[in-house]
Amino acid sequence: MIFKKLALAAVGATLAASALSAVPAQAQENGQFVPGLVYRTGPYAPGGIPWADGFADYVSLLNARDGGINGVPLVYEECDTAYNNDKGVECYEKLKGKGPTGGASVQPLSTGITYALMDRVRADKIPMITSGYGRADASDGSVFEWIFTAPVTYWAGADAIVQYIEAQEKDLKGKKIALVYHDSAFGKEPIKTLQALAEKNGFKLDLFPVPHPGLEQKATWLKIGRQLKPDWVIMWGWGVMNSTAIKEAAAVGFPMNKFVGVWWSGSEVDVRPAGMDAKGYLAAQFHGAGANYKVHEDIVKTLYEKGKGASDRDKVGDILYNRGLISAVIMAEGIRTAMNKYGNKPMTGEQIRWGLENLKLDDAALDKLGLKGLMAPLQLSCKDHEGGGKVVIQQWSGAAWTPVSDWITPRRDGFLTEMYKESAAQYAKEKNITPRTCN
Amino acid sequence: MDFLYNFFISPFVQIADAPLFFVEVLTGGLLSGVMYSLVALGFVLIFKASGVFNFAQGAMVLFAALFFAGFMDKGVPWWGSLILTIGVMVLLAMAIERIVLRPLVNQPHIILFMATIGVTYFLDGFGQTIWGSSVRVLDIGLPQTPLEIGGVLVNKFDIIAAVVAGSLVAALALFFQKTRIGRALRAVADDHQAALSVGIPLKTIWAIVWTVAGLVGLVAGVMWGSKLGVQFSLAMVALKALPVLILGGFTSVPGAIIGGLIIGAGEKIAEVYWADAIGGGIEDWFAYMLALMFLLFRPQGLFGDKIIERV
Repeated sequence: MIFKKLALAAVGATLAASALSAVPAQAQENGQFVPGLVYRTGPYAPGGIPWADGFADYVSLLNARDGGINGVPLVYEECDTAYNNDKGVECYEKLKGKGPTGGASVQPLSTGITYALMDRVRADKIPMITSGYGRADASDGSVFEWIFTAPVTYWAGADAIVQYIEAQEKDLKGKKIALVYHDSAFGKEPIKTLQALAEKNGFKLDLFPVPHPGLEQKATWLKIGRQLKPDWVIMWGWGVMNSTAIKEAAAVGFPMNKFVGVWWSGSEVDVRPAGMDAKGYLAAQFHGAGANYKVHEDIVKTLYEKGKGASDRDKVGDILYNRGLISAVIMAEGIRTAMNKYGNKPMTGEQIRWGLENLKLDDAALDKLGLKGLMAPLQLSCKDHEGGGKVVIQQWSGAAWTPVSDWITPRRDGFLTEMYKESAAQYAKEKNITPRTCN
Repeated sequence: MDFLYNFFISPFVQIADAPLFFVEVLTGGLLSGVMYSLVALGFVLIFKASGVFNFAQGAMVLFAALFFAGFMDKGVPWWGSLILTIGVMVLLAMAIERIVLRPLVNQPHIILFMATIGVTYFLDGFGQTIWGSSVRVLDIGLPQTPLEIGGVLVNKFDIIAAVVAGSLVAALALFFQKTRIGRALRAVADDHQAALSVGIPLKTIWAIVWTVAGLVGLVAGVMWGSKLGVQFSLAMVALKALPVLILGGFTSVPGAIIGGLIIGAGEKIAEVYWADAIGGGIEDWFAYMLALMFLLFRPQGLFGDKIIERV
């Protein structure tokens, strides 16, 4: 009797599985496989979920509205890294071989996982897109052939923030700026740039590392707010560290309009837990906020009105949602550019790399995609994997993010590009890489 | 030479130069310590009654806070949410006793400890399956503004947290010393089998102690959740409670408070005055180092029971 029940259950499960897998199998055969290394679990899930939703919604929009890219459907599969390096590598290895051309481009959504995958993507010839995170010197495409940092790096972000502060203060000489940072590879990224800018502009830079996860920062903020009393504070934080810092800054009376966070410290999940204490807080972004763009209209109409959206309707347009969306756009347009050269079929990693290196998103292209105003124009090349992205400073009003600056162009020529080159050359020497020639 | 100066001279010069700031750091540290004690109390209760280190206490803090904030988000008033969450924590305690602990009666403590690791993963996942992983704002109207008393800046929220923790300790001390159930709890902690032989119902006692630990977790969850927002990271506050337990002793309720105060004040003073000499960001590991130093001299902690075993 028991055997009969088990046998029936097994047959039923097999039938159900074959029915469920029929459609994906067909799409997988003809489609472009897109691996999604995301984190919807773990301590950083509140930040990972909206990013993953924005990314997934843009892929779904392309499939539902346009039938994919140039008629090639996108087959998207997520793997949860929990923002953990080991799991990130495991996810990459699990997904890289799927689909007819493999996981032909990857976005690890973590600086730590980026570092862990650098050698692997080089060996596997898979382009890795790290929009607004990862290793800044990877902008030098002659050394980092498989890594793309578009639209901005942490070094560019640090420079843009200092430019904003300079515009407010007129002269930075003699000013005191404190950097409160997550004590990790991510948090330490801007230090070199800020030290160079401190030397160049004559301001004093004080460093305040905050150990993971940053639940308790009272001592740090007593030092900052009651002892050092800097003119400005820059924050390079992630997760619960951000809201805790905002609350502790308010508790020592530090003015929010002199407190600027990097884009990973400037989303709704960072300011809402801090309540009205966060009002006036500033954050650097490489994209706009809100859902008042054509692309959002399409997403709502095509997905949410049909109950197919990945997120809640009211979360569409949140900062991290928009960032996931922008990241998906860069990948999709890289694939589209590659298809224009190689034909409308699933692209390989090498073909997508070519597509990304020839990607040009000017105002007209952004307008056509419904993204005008949401992000600044981009143009990548073999040499420049960053593409000239720009930064905007936004302020939290207590209910929404509003821009308080124009698009700021990071000082790449004569400053950042030189730093990228120098650091990339050092990396090439360590790894025994011969830089390629880019024309 | 610089290191020697920054380590042995500079901190004391700074304290002498700005004594009021030192008082501010010390006060801030003591008040932070009270918040650690709130979490440590839950560990102490279960260890005291069953000799088990409850690895799931941090997860219980998150679980309780998720339900409380979740009910409030659904439009239930705070008092209604509190009652409902207390109900959830009672049910949880009964379920843990029935499903996890009862089959493990008289098993070595390490087995029970391993079981609590399983409970941790279940609570982390189950709570987030029901309420999601997004940050929930928990506003129960506690003032967050700073207050200056005699030139010393203190946060009103921290003062309220201290009052809550103090009241909780007093209530728990009374419960353990003056009630029949409290005495039964202490008997169970001393010897399961002896307690059973004199008619103390072990199953009921365990359900009660897990309920009380759940309620302490709820209070900690509400206080920490009001401070940080209710999110997965709340489960990590358990990490802040461990050095408190090592220092205060695993079996002492007042020890959890005194340990919290020493750890809180110690780590803040170390971060402000000694971090520069060592390289910054020492707050977290300094608490453990302080606790380990105590271990060298008093392995049972400041107020823990001295274990004497016959050979």
